[in-house]
Amino acid sequence: MTEPLIERFHLRFLHVVGRNFLVWRKLMYASMLGNMADPMIYLVGLGYGLGAFMPTIDGMRYISFLAGGMLCYSAMNSATFEALYSAFSRLKAQRTWEGIIHAPMTAADVVIGEWIWAALKATLSGAAMLIAMYVLGLVHGVRPLSVMPVVLLIGLAFSGLGLIMTSLAKSYEFFIFYFTLVITPMMFLSGVFYPRAALPPVIQAIGAVLPLTHGADLARGLTLGVPMAHPWLDVLVLALYATCGVALSVRLINRRLLK
Amino acid sequence: MLQVRGLRKSYSGTEVVRGVSFGVAAGECFGLLGPNGAGKTTTLRCCLGLTRSDGGTITLAGLPVPAAAREARARTGVCPQFDNLDPDFTVSENLVVYGRYFGIGRRVMLERVPRLLEFAGLEDKAGARLDTLSGGMKRRLTLARALVNDPQIIFLDEPTTGLDPQARHLIWDRLKSLTASGRTLILTTHFMDEAERLCDRVAIMDRGSLIAEDAPRKLISAQIEPHVVEIYGDGVRDFARDIAPRHAQRVELTGETAFCYCRDTAPLLEALHGYGSLRALSRAANLEDVFIKLTGRDIRD
Repeated sequence: MTEPLIERFHLRFLHVVGRNFLVWRKLMYASMLGNMADPMIYLVGLGYGLGAFMPTIDGMRYISFLAGGMLCYSAMNSATFEALYSAFSRLKAQRTWEGIIHAPMTAADVVIGEWIWAALKATLSGAAMLIAMYVLGLVHGVRPLSVMPVVLLIGLAFSGLGLIMTSLAKSYEFFIFYFTLVITPMMFLSGVFYPRAALPPVIQAIGAVLPLTHGADLARGLTLGVPMAHPWLDVLVLALYATCGVALSVRLINRRLLK
Repeated sequence: MLQVRGLRKSYSGTEVVRGVSFGVAAGECFGLLGPNGAGKTTTLRCCLGLTRSDGGTITLAGLPVPAAAREARARTGVCPQFDNLDPDFTVSENLVVYGRYFGIGRRVMLERVPRLLEFAGLEDKAGARLDTLSGGMKRRLTLARALVNDPQIIFLDEPTTGLDPQARHLIWDRLKSLTASGRTLILTTHFMDEAERLCDRVAIMDRGSLIAEDAPRKLISAQIEPHVVEIYGDGVRDFARDIAPRHAQRVELTGETAFCYCRDTAPLLEALHGYGSLRALSRAANLEDVFIKLTGRDIRD
């Protein structure tokens, strides 16, 4: 009975999301542990360790400032890993996508399904960080929960960008460039670990166009109550990265699979 | 079930399919044969709407391709050349998940799975992990997976490549049971014995064009002498040049073997008695002889 709805609204990509979910469910606990452990270790280690030597930033303790950034960083990482390594193994090593388009599915259904799936994994990582923030007493009340749609949007932005890389990749080695030249610099230019104001103006300007910058500003505003300069611009930038990323990926994967 | 007219496809200036036309009737098993790089797989991909052709028309299961390729694929089964089963799922999960892509719900699929597993001879492997299956089992599972939507037409791209003889025979047996149940099969292969055994009709493709098309028996009788004597051993070159042409309609020397194509083998075998160093194998002409005659003996890479 759900089938006509799926057809009518072009929701066939949900089959791809469903397939990935079924696989994920098998390794759910290991996967969640991996997703959460890394940012938590950073948060506790840097937040308390380094934080002890830090002044307050915008009137908040360093660990709070860091937590707002790590929330976005962990979403970015989750989406990126899923859209690069996991998606690429389904494209190349396992030929899963090829099998799917032999059925009445299109390459666009596959890409959009993967895009949403990677963003959902990012949302899960973000949720884990938010829970940690509650547990550590860094956030209170229900207002911080409003950050979750933003985390999904960050996920969509980075999964769209990641899928572009995947559609161009010949091998896993290709992704090292993306990490070294895009993801790692982004982490330092977007105000995850320290305020961007500490950086030279030229570098600040580069940071201003990066999606993670806008994600971090939104996340701190919504979870910690830091005043937001231009929240709708932040949303717009993230949405642009997300939609341009997925649109370009669909084109590239179409060309690659339907050669 | 399938009509292809004037199909053309080029890759960066090289035309790999050059105006191919053929039709496959319901219930027929049709074989597309050809050396590597002949354009077989590209032709199949075009038929499924997975590659956009540069010219020609295709009708699959009554629907125009590529315009309605997705709808046509909903009525079609595909058994690909390279294994793309889902290694993250068990045997039966592979079938259930693949059914989703056809919009077949979990409950319906769970009813179909036992019959599909029985077809594939994998009844006792329902919960097995994929990496515990042999190559033959995986191929049978791929074949069963191509049937999740109960298609009337099934494409098979080199269905037995890489399998041992036992596994090949089992696949052939399964394919015969599919044709017996009235389904249409379209397969590519470069095993001529496979084509001769399974196909009602074959088309031989070379360098992007169809160069012959008929029932295997008819092709053999129309294209080639009924008997072949293969001769090898010391002095085979002299024999092939001087003696064999007197008794055989055609003689081809390849490496150290002379292939003599005869209407009657008796005079040639008689003549061989005087050459103790030569050994001979006399056999009926087969589809491979036709294939070699039409496509040549050169290696294609």
